[in-house]
Amino acid sequence: MAMTITQKILAAHCGRDEVRPGEIVMADVDLALGNDITAPIAIRILREKGIKKVFDKDKIALVPDHFVPNKDIASAQQCKALRDFAGEYGVTNFFELGETGVEHALLPEKGLVLPGDLVIGADSHTCTYGALGALSTGVGSTDLAGAMISGKAWFKVPSSMKFILEGSLRPWVGGKDLILFIIGMIGVDGALYRSMEFSGSSIRDLPVSGRLTMCNMAIEAGAKNGIIQPDEITEDYVRDRAPRKWKVFQSDPDASYDRVIEIDVSRIGLQVAFPHLPENSRPVEEARDVVIDQVVIGSCTNGQLDDFRAAARVLKGRKAARRVRTIIIPTTPLIYRQAMEEGLFDIFLSAGAIISPPTCGPCLGGHMGILAEGERAVATTNRNFVGRMGHPKSEVFLAGPAVAAASAVTGTISSPDDL
Amino acid sequence: MSDLIKGKAWRFGDDVDTDAIIPARYLSTSDPDQLAEHCMEDADPDFPRKVGRGDIIVGGKNFGCGSSREHAPIAIKAAGVSCVIAGSFARIFYRNAFNMGLPIFESREAADRIQTGDIMEVDPATGSIRNITRDETFRAEPYPEFMMDLIAAGGLIPFLLKEGFND
Repeated sequence: MAMTITQKILAAHCGRDEVRPGEIVMADVDLALGNDITAPIAIRILREKGIKKVFDKDKIALVPDHFVPNKDIASAQQCKALRDFAGEYGVTNFFELGETGVEHALLPEKGLVLPGDLVIGADSHTCTYGALGALSTGVGSTDLAGAMISGKAWFKVPSSMKFILEGSLRPWVGGKDLILFIIGMIGVDGALYRSMEFSGSSIRDLPVSGRLTMCNMAIEAGAKNGIIQPDEITEDYVRDRAPRKWKVFQSDPDASYDRVIEIDVSRIGLQVAFPHLPENSRPVEEARDVVIDQVVIGSCTNGQLDDFRAAARVLKGRKAARRVRTIIIPTTPLIYRQAMEEGLFDIFLSAGAIISPPTCGPCLGGHMGILAEGERAVATTNRNFVGRMGHPKSEVFLAGPAVAAASAVTGTISSPDDL
Repeated sequence: MSDLIKGKAWRFGDDVDTDAIIPARYLSTSDPDQLAEHCMEDADPDFPRKVGRGDIIVGGKNFGCGSSREHAPIAIKAAGVSCVIAGSFARIFYRNAFNMGLPIFESREAADRIQTGDIMEVDPATGSIRNITRDETFRAEPYPEFMMDLIAAGGLIPFLLKEGFND
């Protein structure tokens, strides 16, 4: 039977020649991930069940990133639970302080997720690693506990939707605009339970940063995973990071898809998703009158060096509007250092922005940039649900780094071309 | 979960996200009772005070979309809610519910017809959803066999331990 890349990775991890859409399989995971919000529940389960060891000390990653640096006593307790557990059970991939970063930026950067891997994470944006040709998907804390105990997780084999993107990107347009456009087209449950496979010449030309952004937001269309066939760009990214061998899978030419959608990307302009769903994406021109109070550039969606470079190109020699609080959040210590050494921080600081340590922070309304009642933000993050960045009566507009930076300058939602 | 479920319905709309079920500002704890105090708060600020033991949450399509936080089904269960009926469920919420033991039922028809205040009776064994107030009966989508095994074992962890997956 012809299979998609996602089905092939699943089959390989449950010792089968083939799997069929709809069936439920138990499969071996290459990595199980938890953070300071989700891992404490999993850890509690192991302790309550009297489990004394994990299935593999090297195949678990514990990354405190949501409420770090610890925002209050309760958050500090949660991080401590991870630290104590990692110490007691010998979990090798535990990252803190100057080593930690936003999990979905940190793991690819460290070579902990590789093409062909099967990865689960107790965080919905675990689907990010599909950018490298891995099958990765978000699960809950009980799944994480189950995987830490057994090395296994259950999966319903997904059918797939194929997106073929052709053509050249317009100036400033990036992965964020493409995925917001796609979610706008199919809706927040448009890919429910399915795999989203991104292909075509525009994807082959897209750097890893843009691919990470696109796969990151597959969950915002309800998908199990987003995935991109590994190519030379992928191999160039993983070659010097990988501590082990990886395997490249590809969809059979005659694999079947629920839907094949062809998109001419030269028709896609800069996008903004209006509150309160990511599917409310519209061309930036339609958002021009929206007055904003805050800009956030960072997160697992747009926190790669390329994203900060794009923001810096817009902000260079300019100042953020007085009323706009502009928050830059490099996602890992390495990206932080690179951005600093390239001189991006000078540009941001001259523009009146502040630079945060790596954290998920404001993206989920945790800390480091919470909105008051009635306030609006443009954010390069992934969700604009009610109350997502703070007060239930605040609003988040999702966009890529170029729009976010331009909006910081004008104080209303803007394109770099408006400056 | 073979006992009949009976309770009053609380109806919400489409795409109820996990930030509405339990906002992230409360995620510095995973204590069920503390989470229950804020259950559905951003969708209906009075819900934690109004909801009664055994009541039923009814959602439209894509219930539980967004974050993977298991705090969402934990908060619902700890608030005393006996089950969730929805037109469809977001996939992580769906698996979390089975893994941790919150009964959920998928029926587009039921989700379209049930109104807040309706008295419902649900039979987990047959998937029959009866609206006593309106005298209507619906049938939930049957669970896959694997899910029945998970339910019978009492959730994912007892299932894994029983099957010897920890060896």
